[in-house]
Amino acid sequence: MNNRGFALYTALALVYAFLYLPIALLVIYSFNASKLVTVWGGFSTKWYGELLQDHQVLDAAWLSLKIAFVNACLATGLGTLAAVVLVRFKRFSGRALFTGMVSAPLVMPEIITGLALLLLFVGMENLLGWPDGRSMTTIVIAHVTFSLSFVTVVVRSRLSQMDRSLEEAAMDLGARPLTVFMKITLPIIAPALAAGWLLAFTLSVDDVVISAFVSGPGATPLPIVIFSKVRLGVSPEINALATIVVALVALAIAVAGRVMMSKEKPGG
Amino acid sequence: MKGKSLLEGGAGRFLVGLAPYAWLLVFFLVPFLIVLKISLSEPQMGIPPYMPLVDWAEGAFKGTLAGYRTLLGDNLYLLAYLGSLRLAGMATLGCLLLGYPAAYAIARAPRSRRQALLMLVALPFWTSFLIRVYAWIGILKNEGLLNMALMGMGVISEPLQILETDTAVTIGMVYSYLPFMILPLYATLEKMDLSLLEAAADLGCRPFRAFLAVTLPLSMPGVVAGCMLVFIPAVGEFVIPDLLGGPDTLVIGKVLWAEFFDNRDWPTASAVAVAMLVLLVVPIMVFQHFEAKRAERGE
Amino acid sequence: MAQASVKREVVAPWNDPQAVPLIRFEGISKRFGDFTAVEHVDLAIHKGEFFSLLGASGCGKTTLLRILAGFETPTTGRILIDGQDVTGVPPYERPVNMMFQSYALFPHMSVADNIAFGLKQDGLPKTVIRDKVAAALDLVQMGRFSGRKPHQLSGGQRQRVALARCLAKEPKVVLLDEPLAALDKKLREATQLELVNIQDRVGITFVMVTHDQGEAMTMSSRIGVMNAGRIEQVGGPVDIYEYPGTRFVADFIGAANMFQGTAREGEGALAVACPELEHDLSVTDAGTVAGGTPVTVMVRPEKVMIGRDKPQAGLNWAEGVVSDIAYLGDVSIYHVRLASGRKVQALRTNLHHGDDSRLTWEDPVFLAWHPADSLVLTR
Repeated sequence: MNNRGFALYTALALVYAFLYLPIALLVIYSFNASKLVTVWGGFSTKWYGELLQDHQVLDAAWLSLKIAFVNACLATGLGTLAAVVLVRFKRFSGRALFTGMVSAPLVMPEIITGLALLLLFVGMENLLGWPDGRSMTTIVIAHVTFSLSFVTVVVRSRLSQMDRSLEEAAMDLGARPLTVFMKITLPIIAPALAAGWLLAFTLSVDDVVISAFVSGPGATPLPIVIFSKVRLGVSPEINALATIVVALVALAIAVAGRVMMSKEKPGG
Repeated sequence: MKGKSLLEGGAGRFLVGLAPYAWLLVFFLVPFLIVLKISLSEPQMGIPPYMPLVDWAEGAFKGTLAGYRTLLGDNLYLLAYLGSLRLAGMATLGCLLLGYPAAYAIARAPRSRRQALLMLVALPFWTSFLIRVYAWIGILKNEGLLNMALMGMGVISEPLQILETDTAVTIGMVYSYLPFMILPLYATLEKMDLSLLEAAADLGCRPFRAFLAVTLPLSMPGVVAGCMLVFIPAVGEFVIPDLLGGPDTLVIGKVLWAEFFDNRDWPTASAVAVAMLVLLVVPIMVFQHFEAKRAERGE
Repeated sequence: MAQASVKREVVAPWNDPQAVPLIRFEGISKRFGDFTAVEHVDLAIHKGEFFSLLGASGCGKTTLLRILAGFETPTTGRILIDGQDVTGVPPYERPVNMMFQSYALFPHMSVADNIAFGLKQDGLPKTVIRDKVAAALDLVQMGRFSGRKPHQLSGGQRQRVALARCLAKEPKVVLLDEPLAALDKKLREATQLELVNIQDRVGITFVMVTHDQGEAMTMSSRIGVMNAGRIEQVGGPVDIYEYPGTRFVADFIGAANMFQGTAREGEGALAVACPELEHDLSVTDAGTVAGGTPVTVMVRPEKVMIGRDKPQAGLNWAEGVVSDIAYLGDVSIYHVRLASGRKVQALRTNLHHGDDSRLTWEDPVFLAWHPADSLVLTR
């Protein structure tokens, strides 16, 4: 390896260290017996015990997962339809508005989206009596609104790469348009749908700002609970929670990796 | 020159488009019109904390530009706007300086290793954003790990005040958005035809000059894409400045949050949102529109 | 460029005024915005034909094929298949199946499932589908590969599966869009003949789009040469090559020496005065051309004899020097510069090894061809 190569790999190693050291420290200190972050007080799992006693955190986590699941399904459905519209329907009245509305959430600061949606919910409640306060429903609506754009981006790129003659061939062989979509188009873009679903799920589970606007006392998702705890200062309990999240994500990625590996060979 | 296929027949087409169209109209466009409306309303003590725009009993239009006047009158808002731009700019620059060599190294790594190296860059995104930002509090605070390490090595004798400064916010943003810079950079660098560099060498160009004259200009689309992906979320960021910044860290996101949640001044918060939309989001969308057009023409 | 057509029974229903064509294009035009892809095409294709639409890219041949398949609706005109007007009938209800240039094999289905797809749409019983799939696979000798996915097949194997897929439904017409374009040269030549044999065996009408004239000549019963959205000429391979109807066809198919000139008054063989030549050209079978008409005389390079000796009387002839030689192994093409500066191509077969009499650069030569071997074009 020459000097330039060495310098490049050093830079790369530094970047990986930068990306992973903070997470590694969180994991290590989650086993710290001392409440003080910087003082190593010996190995302990007591913070995990405390975390599992904390009903506020557990309820919030459960709610977050429910929201993320419903959100991912709705966003994938709507986002896929939006992608089909954008790729396949080249001319219709209101296309410019539609394109704008689909892509705007990608660049919209979450804080504006959150504010706008809250004001909408307040206005609707005054006018129609629905939604009744902030609830899981309002959070799901808000999350779908911003995450469907991300799904659209993913599905759109797969759809526009797809060979149109596959659909024409199916039609030529006697399949009606709906059959073509279900039997040919959907299976072919399925990986993009899966990626979009995962992305929407992650965005929802992760969202703080929009949730802060549209959640209420009855429905507090996990990020809001963490955020309010963190704002008060560092807490070892959060370290434990972070470790669990990292472990779950690592597990999910390992499983996904296995599945992809085994599919790579005959599928594709 | 393909015509429309029969997949796109009238009724089916309408139904397919209806759901996402209606959803976005009701939950995306209408809310912004409401924000616009409230930004023109007068505040009041009560629920909701603003006056109706039109007094139907009197038939009078009760709009006011007071919210916007506040924005112009108090230079807090201007400073916050500039602060957001400055922090987002520094974060973008930081990501570029760190991300370019990394992307370059991955793109020139043996083909078999590239996917794995790339995965390692993208992985942190799938863990919680909030938790990753939180991790830096423990590292950067006065009695945090960084200061401990530096003092232990004898580099400094007094702890450095890093947390609650703009430096901390910048570090947090670079940390959070670095993958968004590396991925598009990698995509353009990986696509680059290496025989161009061989041609440059063959014509007598030394490696570093070849990098400046060939690689760098050709990777500009990736640089632009990466910068946009970092700058856009960074400029409207709330969580990172709130957790890592101090009371002096003035960014537009924090100001909006404070107006809304702390002052309960909905009209001013709405006016801030509208101003943010006009001054930040619209220029970004216009820029992206032209970028997309340019890319479509194949440059 | 003259390739021998595959030997086949000579049936020519297109010469029989009583025969009813299977496919009929009537005044078909297709415009995309300002661009006219197909301009007023009238065409009749008969049952059992192997018909090729030949033309350069952008000439409208693919659009015409897609109109026949039902993927495009013509702007004007109508299409009849077997006497039935199918102009507004969607592709999934037409008795026509297409083999796509990309083959369009469904990547997520096995070979057998790809072939069964069209049969399933017809709601056939499972056992029938299985038998038909097996029969189609046997026809293209792909029976061993029924369980494979398309990406596990070679290009040639994919091409066979695509063909089997459109034959399985036993359509009235099979459409082929550049069916061999993705294959390498050797395989392409072998497949040309095999395709024709399969077509002979199943007796289905084939309509093929191609830009490769050799392919069209080898495989087709008739060829429609297209240019700028119009059909320039329809005819068998020999007609198209030996008797092109227009300057475009003469130039597009094979190589041609074309001389601009003016017809002279007279009886018998037509005499044409060409400013580029010293002597008048004589053309037999020129039909009736009035004196003074501007015409083009066309002669194929292989019909032009080249030698050092002055040709016998009664031939068209010219003198010049060899300016370029393209040695192609089996043949050589000589570019001969005349006194007027005009260059004429002559083709000579390299019959012997180490031929000492071989012509070389700057050799003075005579060119000659028989009046019956050239053609007068007025369009």
